[in-house]
Amino acid sequence: MATTGTPTKLTQKTQGGIGESTLRPDGTLKVTGEFAYSSDMWHEDMLWGQILRSTVAHAEIVSIDTSEALAQAGVYAVLTYDDLPTEVKNYGLEIQDTPVLAHGVVRHHGEPVALVAADHPETARRAAAKIKVEYKELPVVTDEASATAPDAPLLHPGRDDHHAGHVPHPNIVHRQPIVRGDADEAAKRADVIVTGEYTFGMQDQAFLGPESGLAVPAEDGGVDLYVATQWLHSDLRQIAPVLGLPEDKIRMTLSGVGGAFGGREDLSMQIHACLLALRTGKPVKIVYNRFESFFGHVHRHPAKLWYEHGATRDGRITHMKCRIVLDGGAYASASPAVVGNASSLSVGPYVIDDVDIEAIALYTNNPPCGAMRGFGAVQACFAYEAQMDKLAKALDMDPVELRQLNAMEQGTLLPTGQPVDSPAPVAELLRRVKARPLPPERQWESTEGADVRALPGGLSNTTHGEGVVRGVGYAVGIKNVGFSEGFDDYSTAKVRMEVIAGEPVATVHTAMAEVGQGGVTVHAQIARTELGVSQVTISPADTQVGSAGSTSASRQTYVTGGAVKNSCELVREKVLEIGRRKFGSYHPAWATAELLLEDGKVVTDGGEVLADLVDLLEDEAVEIEAEWRHRPTEAFDLRTGQGNGHVQYSFAAHRAVVEVDTELGLVKVIELACAQDVGKALNPLSVIGQIQGGTTQGLGVAVMEEIIVDPKTAKVRNPSFTDYLIPTILDTPTIPVDVLELADDNAPYGLRGIGEAPTLSSTPAVLAAIRNATGLELDRTPVRPEHLTGT
Amino acid sequence: MDFLRPASWEEALAAKAEHPTAVPIAGGTDVMVEINFDHRRPEYLLDLNRVGELTEWEVGGESVRLGASVPYTAIMENLRAELPGLALASHTVASPQIRNRGGVGGNLGTASPAGDAHPALLAAGAEVEAESVRGSRMIPIDEFYTGVKRNALAPDELIRAVHIKKADGPQQYSKVGTRNAMVIAVCAFGLALHPQTRTVRTGIGSAAPTPVRAKAAEEFLSAALEEGGFWESGKIITPSIAKQFAELASGGCNPIDDVRGTAKYRRHAVGIMARRTLGWTWEQYRGTARTLEGVA
Amino acid sequence: MRVNFTVNGRRQEADDVWEGESLLYVLRERLGLPGSKNACEQGECGSCTVRLDGVPVCSCLVAAGQVEGREVVTVEGLADYAKQREQSACGTGACGTSLQDAQQWSAKGSDSHTGEGTELSPIQQAFIDAGAVQCGFCTPGLLVAADEMLERTPSPSDEDIREALSGNLCRCTGYEKILDAVRLAAARQGNQEATV
Repeated sequence: MATTGTPTKLTQKTQGGIGESTLRPDGTLKVTGEFAYSSDMWHEDMLWGQILRSTVAHAEIVSIDTSEALAQAGVYAVLTYDDLPTEVKNYGLEIQDTPVLAHGVVRHHGEPVALVAADHPETARRAAAKIKVEYKELPVVTDEASATAPDAPLLHPGRDDHHAGHVPHPNIVHRQPIVRGDADEAAKRADVIVTGEYTFGMQDQAFLGPESGLAVPAEDGGVDLYVATQWLHSDLRQIAPVLGLPEDKIRMTLSGVGGAFGGREDLSMQIHACLLALRTGKPVKIVYNRFESFFGHVHRHPAKLWYEHGATRDGRITHMKCRIVLDGGAYASASPAVVGNASSLSVGPYVIDDVDIEAIALYTNNPPCGAMRGFGAVQACFAYEAQMDKLAKALDMDPVELRQLNAMEQGTLLPTGQPVDSPAPVAELLRRVKARPLPPERQWESTEGADVRALPGGLSNTTHGEGVVRGVGYAVGIKNVGFSEGFDDYSTAKVRMEVIAGEPVATVHTAMAEVGQGGVTVHAQIARTELGVSQVTISPADTQVGSAGSTSASRQTYVTGGAVKNSCELVREKVLEIGRRKFGSYHPAWATAELLLEDGKVVTDGGEVLADLVDLLEDEAVEIEAEWRHRPTEAFDLRTGQGNGHVQYSFAAHRAVVEVDTELGLVKVIELACAQDVGKALNPLSVIGQIQGGTTQGLGVAVMEEIIVDPKTAKVRNPSFTDYLIPTILDTPTIPVDVLELADDNAPYGLRGIGEAPTLSSTPAVLAAIRNATGLELDRTPVRPEHLTGT
Repeated sequence: MDFLRPASWEEALAAKAEHPTAVPIAGGTDVMVEINFDHRRPEYLLDLNRVGELTEWEVGGESVRLGASVPYTAIMENLRAELPGLALASHTVASPQIRNRGGVGGNLGTASPAGDAHPALLAAGAEVEAESVRGSRMIPIDEFYTGVKRNALAPDELIRAVHIKKADGPQQYSKVGTRNAMVIAVCAFGLALHPQTRTVRTGIGSAAPTPVRAKAAEEFLSAALEEGGFWESGKIITPSIAKQFAELASGGCNPIDDVRGTAKYRRHAVGIMARRTLGWTWEQYRGTARTLEGVA
Repeated sequence: MRVNFTVNGRRQEADDVWEGESLLYVLRERLGLPGSKNACEQGECGSCTVRLDGVPVCSCLVAAGQVEGREVVTVEGLADYAKQREQSACGTGACGTSLQDAQQWSAKGSDSHTGEGTELSPIQQAFIDAGAVQCGFCTPGLLVAADEMLERTPSPSDEDIREALSGNLCRCTGYEKILDAVRLAAARQGNQEATV
């Protein structure tokens, strides 16, 4: 096949099992430009797909006229809803409410309406522009008030999904109350009570590689799809019914993924490319540009959060009440699970026995929101940590001391009644970030004057020190690891061991989406540790092997790593069986001793070499494909929120040091120190990379990142990298990281999922530092210059 | 779309005369984004990269003749003494990659109120050398900006160079953005002291439909410095003068609320920048200021 | 239209180029050089950074027609470019391929699948060694920009590095490991010069 950019096997010849900072097997390809991302795919004779999207947020589609577009030279197909091949015309992660192409109505700005395939992207763009869509605009639903008003237009009339029965209004996707103890009664014991209303802006994942992929029609009537995603099998499950093909006729291969952060958990161009490829009989490539990418994936839920905390004079928290309203936008996506996280983690890493909690997600005409790193826990952490500072102030206590006094420990009950059954070093993490020496004051000052690059405003030369005030702030957070609430969260790994060119080689094949996190590095390390080989080949991820679940929820090293470990153990057993069969009679240890595979040999636990794997295996290959799952969880009770919903937790704490130009409202973060418990660092270099990256995304939503939606029209006002700003290297401080390794005995190697926790506490730490510098209350994030200057 | 590739200035003028709708492209910073994002499909693109003289500059007795395509990087590196305000402004333009290709001609051609060079040009005093096959003319910078993204150029004219007065005193430039690098101005302010004429000039960016001077502020400050004998004495400017200058600069704005900032903030920030840049330039004038590392 | 130019030392000709195409599109879709990445197409991310006549630019903002007759270096040619620079910088004749380098070369072999054995420039190697690569989408642009910075400023301060790379967005790493990588490459470069 003349497809270029097809993923290749990654082989790495290095020593190094778990615990070592082995280097990425895809590193060389990535630094030479040879690594094939989904947008790099190319096929002879391929066409370019283009999506026509709605220009309004809520409207009836009166008519669509594609004739002029079809008449363009170089156009091969123009598809609308009427061209969908089966009765299945919607998809969705949990609720199938998202139309493949709009039918009769559009519910958000940028919703896909029609598709074009043409021989050049410009031809496709021009043709799409010639499709005439007549809209009759409808009133927009943009917030809780407009969504639940008596005459509110229903976004999805006639809902029959499994949440429809228990929500108080059809424009509420899901509602999760959690009641434990008696918050009203406990409030009577409080000496101080603090309340707050907080706003969390809409954050975009802003992964650098926009959505893209290539669909190649196959001779058997099926399709080969190369795509960047977070979960191949979830995509497949949603694509197949729409195309009317059995799943085995859609062969999906993971292409290089340019970051994900939750934004690739939902489908984007997958079905569209397949539809165009099957219609035209030609390979079709779709690549979003940055503008389209802002419409092409879900965002982090913006949220309104009401909190009340009480405490006794000595700083013991008496109770907490909160109400969290998440804006899910036009389609459900992951909203129900985000509600589950936001509610069950709304207390934070604290001991509070009496709580009254409610979280809901709305259907509105705003952009659909779903998964993003931190997933519901991020919004809650921003609010409860602001409350902690407020409470400390009201008590005239040190904010870190207050947190430590109320910090959760192993054995603490969550508001869901579930005990935390692994180490929870919350107080220790805070102690560590606090104990770190503060960075020197006025680092921008030198004998030659002020270096503006180190000052708020940076190269823009706005201050030489005038108005600059330093502030320090702390925050800590808790994130669940893995899929919760009774989801059957498993991964599959196929491991093969054989002798190639006189050397034992392990091959690991999973469907895990490597999105940059370094899962491929860790899989090779696990195989080396378990199988005692130095050479491990990581096969490209595809749907020829069982599901590996999603690269999200900080779960891949835990669950797919666990599956690789498990399959390696099964392979090892088989290898030892072969050894016993072949060599058992030569040495009694084959029957009596604990046997290990090390350095290509079978050795006893005493270190005695029994056989060389090369001699043992000869031309025999051992291969096992097996599923592995973490301990089961259960759903939260819909009325009380009680239930053992989570399997593991991840904790991180931050100390932010900022300098604020108080007159202009500009912020420079000087240092953002993090301490995190990772259970066991399988690859310390990658662990630190994850923590620093997550920390920086938290910094972004503290001071600059926000998708701004016009409240009157529900249209996105800043879908570009010119106006949706993410931190540059000049906005990012030094990020010293302190890694704790307290094993979770329930997890493989004692490890903890690590990817998300640093994103939680980074934002409130920065906000706390800005409050400390300015004395302002600051109840929203991101904080903009006008908020700091009262303008 | 047609791509016109004149090899000389004369050819460029002829092409523009023949195709007045042709869009000149040099650094590509604005034009290519519009094409990539499908905002614009000009009939003709007129590439100016092959006209070598546009990247050259000459330092004369009174002014610098700056070719329209002299990259911002070159201005920062070579003209810091002659054009300190513009050198500072150049350093705030986008990213190193863009500063390597973009020039003042592009800012003037686009005439966006957010163009970084404008406040510095207004403060220094400049004339735009526009030319067509009909002839050449000098357009004073104060008359160049005619509306939101509109300028005084005739359809057949191209910008050949900008003649900018050489600094006869300290100049400063500040720009507010919500990121510490690579950011479009929320608002910007340029200030130039002209001790020879005992005047001051200003420029405001992104706080009115066009780049503007804060003339009332200029007149107030020029008069206050004169009356108080500050030019001779070099004494510290009183806080009340600085405050009133800042307020008048603020009043010179006519901003809007948009996705980058509020009108109220823009007015406020321009006032702060006016006060600070006055402080910095006056310190420099008094000869006590230290040089600024990493500023230009 | 037709465009002739030099990419990574080789003459290239692209035919049937639409006049609105960028240099980035021509490199990626017409010349089989997808190393330069398309992440924003508006000069805001630096992922498409190439050297045009030696100068780092965003290739998404260069019209294809503007590169006629000019020289472009992309990430694919970075290792060769760095090697040539090193060789041409040596006037003494004493710094050809060292015995050690020669041995490494013969011992390494080449594995086309994974790029093992590929000769890398110092900055490329440093990015791998320092853990500066995660998803890798920003990496090509950062490498071109960082390599050029080290050419101009062999011993940069942290603020110099930050300023030089302020036009390149990364969403995965938080930039700390990227700073480490540039420091590492600078240190190695310094050591090498000290031993010559």
